Amino acid sequence: MIDRYDSLIVTFTTRLLVPFIQIFALYVIAHGHFSPGGGFQGGAILAASGLLVRISLGQPVVRWFTHSRMRWLGAAGLLIFAGTGIVPLFFGSAYLDYSGLPIPFLSGAALRATGILIVEIGIAMAVLGILLTIFDHLSGWDR
Amino acid sequence: MRRLPVLLVLAAFAALLIYAEGDLPDRGDVQAPANQHVSAYYIQHAEEEVETPNIVSGVLADYRGYDTLGETVVIFAAGMASLLILTRGGHR
Repeated sequence: MIDRYDSLIVTFTTRLLVPFIQIFALYVIAHGHFSPGGGFQGGAILAASGLLVRISLGQPVVRWFTHSRMRWLGAAGLLIFAGTGIVPLFFGSAYLDYSGLPIPFLSGAALRATGILIVEIGIAMAVLGILLTIFDHLSGWDR
Repeated sequence: MRRLPVLLVLAAFAALLIYAEGDLPDRGDVQAPANQHVSAYYIQHAEEEVETPNIVSGVLADYRGYDTLGETVVIFAAGMASLLILTRGGHR
């Protein structure tokens, strides 16, 4: 278990920075169609914000990205990706062919772009959950 | 010198690699087989077929989605492996 780092500068800077890091991570995920970025990068930045809180403010402070939730988040992200691939099979398309997704008012290329966004969100969840899971186990959250 | 055989094998392998490297196409060569086949198709059609100005995202998540799914599974497997190995007080 990592405790609070005993320095006002470090803890204050962390509290100041973490919201901006997380907003930037969401931007990287959502804007992956138009600029460099995507699920892997955004998930890694989100995980970096979680790691910053764990290292400087201590693991007992963590309220949302908790140890017990992260493994489920990783599994859910992978399931979103695989499920997005499986759903088109029931509508006559190939595996991972997003143009077969049953989303109303969208078709063809726009539907494929939407499918990419869904998949990127799943990748980000998986990367965030798994990175924090590995860190928590290496640092001994449950000890 | 007990390491001499190892060094000899390594030197021979390096010589083999350097010899084979001469046959590789130049970086960015238009005539290279890798640039003749699907990448030209991606560059020409990605914008209209996937509607993503970032071609990398289109190729990564759509054209090569199966590959990306495999990468995610690898990350997930790494996490599960650490969970199994490092968890304390589990089943014995």
